[in-house]
This record gives sequence, structure tokens and C-alpha cells, in this order.
Amino acid sequence: MAHKRREMLIDPLVDNNPITLQVLGICSALAVTSSLQVAFVMAIAVTLVTAFSSMFISMIRSQIPGSIRIIVQMVIIASLVILVDQVLKAFAYEISKTLSVFVGLIITNCIVMGRAEAFAMKNGPIDSFIDGVGNGLGYGLILMLVGVIRELFGSGSLFGVTILETVNNGGWYVPNGLLLLPPSAFFIIGLLIWAFRTWKPGQVEEREYKIQTVEAH
Amino acid sequence: MEALLSLAVKAIFVENLALSFFLGMCTFIAVSKKISTAIGLGISVMVVQSITVPANNLILTYLLAPGALSWAGFADVDLTFLGLISYIGVIAALVQILEMVLDKYFPPLYNALGVFLPLITVNCAILGGSLFMVERSYDFAESVTYGISSGFGWALAITAMAGVREKLKYSDIPDGLQGLGITFITAGLMAMAFMSFSGVKL
Repeated sequence: MAHKRREMLIDPLVDNNPITLQVLGICSALAVTSSLQVAFVMAIAVTLVTAFSSMFISMIRSQIPGSIRIIVQMVIIASLVILVDQVLKAFAYEISKTLSVFVGLIITNCIVMGRAEAFAMKNGPIDSFIDGVGNGLGYGLILMLVGVIRELFGSGSLFGVTILETVNNGGWYVPNGLLLLPPSAFFIIGLLIWAFRTWKPGQVEEREYKIQTVEAH
Repeated sequence: MEALLSLAVKAIFVENLALSFFLGMCTFIAVSKKISTAIGLGISVMVVQSITVPANNLILTYLLAPGALSWAGFADVDLTFLGLISYIGVIAALVQILEMVLDKYFPPLYNALGVFLPLITVNCAILGGSLFMVERSYDFAESVTYGISSGFGWALAITAMAGVREKLKYSDIPDGLQGLGITFITAGLMAMAFMSFSGVKL
């Protein structure tokens, strides 16, 4: 049992990552990765919301009528997100300003809904909680990776601490401005997916059309 | 009027919900394999967006904003913290109503859009539109404009994306990049193209 739970926690990190494999939750995530600190806060927020919403939904899963389950799930998730939003506004106002609408958008983050619907409706509260944490961490991992690349090469710092001294401050590093703009997040995720799939060839998608191989004469 | 027009252009091209705010990405990636489905989904998003943004604007102005309840005798009540839950409630309810109305009065349209409507409730672009409306404190006219044009921008982006992907499936792509990977990189290139609109002002 303990082994199975550890598996549930670790499996979503690489083997079954919600972002690179299941295409969930990319919606609100990418815009917040231009600085690592914000990405970190976002990752924690999503992990907490996913874990607790899965747990609560799992607790009342046998009482929810099938026809209105989406609304019930929405209400639970939305209440948790409001909680996160209010806490951020109270204790980390600057960050909550940078995150702006993206805290609210955790509600429609497909990971949260996806786990609630696919896992929490069928399993016990503790398992659901662990599954939620695992998926939140898998999401956080990608977010942090993208955040590290974008902040380090885009503005030469990590968590706001200068690592590569930029030319403007008398150093040597010419920051790559493109990395701070939205399109770079797409490229980085695309390349990350490539790297993941080269590492784990089982995740490669089938081709719809086979390229015909030409025999050499 | 000019202000509204410039807001519309900004919402369609410069601040495109899909390509510069990454909203509605899940559906954007998942449902962009064929042009015809992409257009269907795009139109549904546009319709829902142009109803929900103004509706949420009314909810905010007359129920939630500080002092908005003064007509009911609660002048010092501030309910803005209930915002998120009300917006998503309004969106879910409106999508449901729209589905029923279409089913009853416009069956052909319902058959065309029906599959996409439930998907739209959890589309970040819809909630995102409402949240941007709140954050930028648009008035009613502005939120109508913003709703229609941001929905149109999203529809434009997904249709273009589907067009690219229909051709892309015939090309020889490295194994690991097949499918999802190349889709992201294509979206990135499209986002860069849309960025070139950023100087446009009316």
C-alpha cells in the first residue's frame, strides 16, 4: 500500500506528467513563468488546490448526483481558489499583483478538474489527496524548469538574485529579451517535450501518415 | 466610438487571448486538428464570450462591487471576494441555458456546436475574459466590445492553428517532437507573428 502511494506521488512527475503527456493545465501556467518566484508561488497554489479539492470531492463523491457533479466540483474548487487568492492578497500582495488574473484561472485549470473527474470520483480521500499532490508537483516541475530557463537567460537572475551579470549593470551577459516574451514559453515547452520523449521513447505519439522510405539504388 | 474600436483591435490582435495570454490552451491544442471543428469551437467560444463578459459586468456592478448593494439597503457591503465563484457560476449557468435554447429553437446550430458547449465551461479563455474585464474595470459598453472581439481573436487563432496543423501532418518531424511538441513550437511561431501587431494603434 505504502509502495503504491509512493508510486502515485512520483508517477506524475515524469512518466505521466500532466503537462507534457496529458496536455492539461497549460492554460494559465505559461504566462507566469517569466520569473521564477512567481512560477514557484503558482506551483504551490495549484498543488494545494488540486490536493485539497481532490480530497474534498472524494469525501462527498457518493453524495454527489451524477447530473450536477461538474457544478459541485466547480463550487468546491472555486471556494479553494478564493481562499488562495485572499491569502496571497494578504501576505504576498506584490506577487498577487503580478499573477493578476491567473490565480482566478486556477479554477478552470484542467489539471484540477481532470483529477477530480478522473481520480477523486472513484477513489478514497487519502489516495485522492496524494494523487492531487503528485499531479500538482508534476505541473510545478515543468513550471519551475521553464521558469529557470526564462529567468536565467532572459534577465540573468534566479529568484531575483543576479547570477549572470548583465551588460547594463557593467557585467558581460547580454540578456535574451525574447525569453521574457510570451512566444518563448511555447518554444521551451515544445523543446522540453522533445527532451522528455527522447528520454522516454514510450511517450512518442503515433504518426498519422507514414513517410515512405526510399530505397537507395 | 473610436476608443471602442481601438479596444476591439487590441483584443483581437495585440492581446490575443490564446497567443499572448495562453488562455484556453488545453482546448486550443486538443481541438485544432481539423479546420471545420476548429471553426465550430471558435464560433461557440465567441458566442459564449460575448454573452458572459457583459453578464458578469452587470453582476459586478449591481451585486458585488463595494456599495453596489445600496439599492437593497446594504450600502457598506463589499462582496468582491465572492467574484470568482459568481463568475464561474454565471458561465456554467449561461452555457447550460444556451445549450437548451439552441436545442429547442435552432436544432441545426445545436447539432453543429453541441459537442463543444460543455467544453466551454472549463475553457480558461471565457473565465479569463471576465477576469480581465474586472481587472481593467471596463464599463458595460466596453465589456460588450471586449467580449465579442476577444472571442473573435480566439476563434481566429484556433482556425489558423488548425490550418497549419492540417498541412503539418504530412511533414517529416523527428519522433520525439511528433504531435504535441511540434504543436507547441508552431503556436510559438504564431504568437511571434501576432506580436508584430503590437505597434498598431487606431
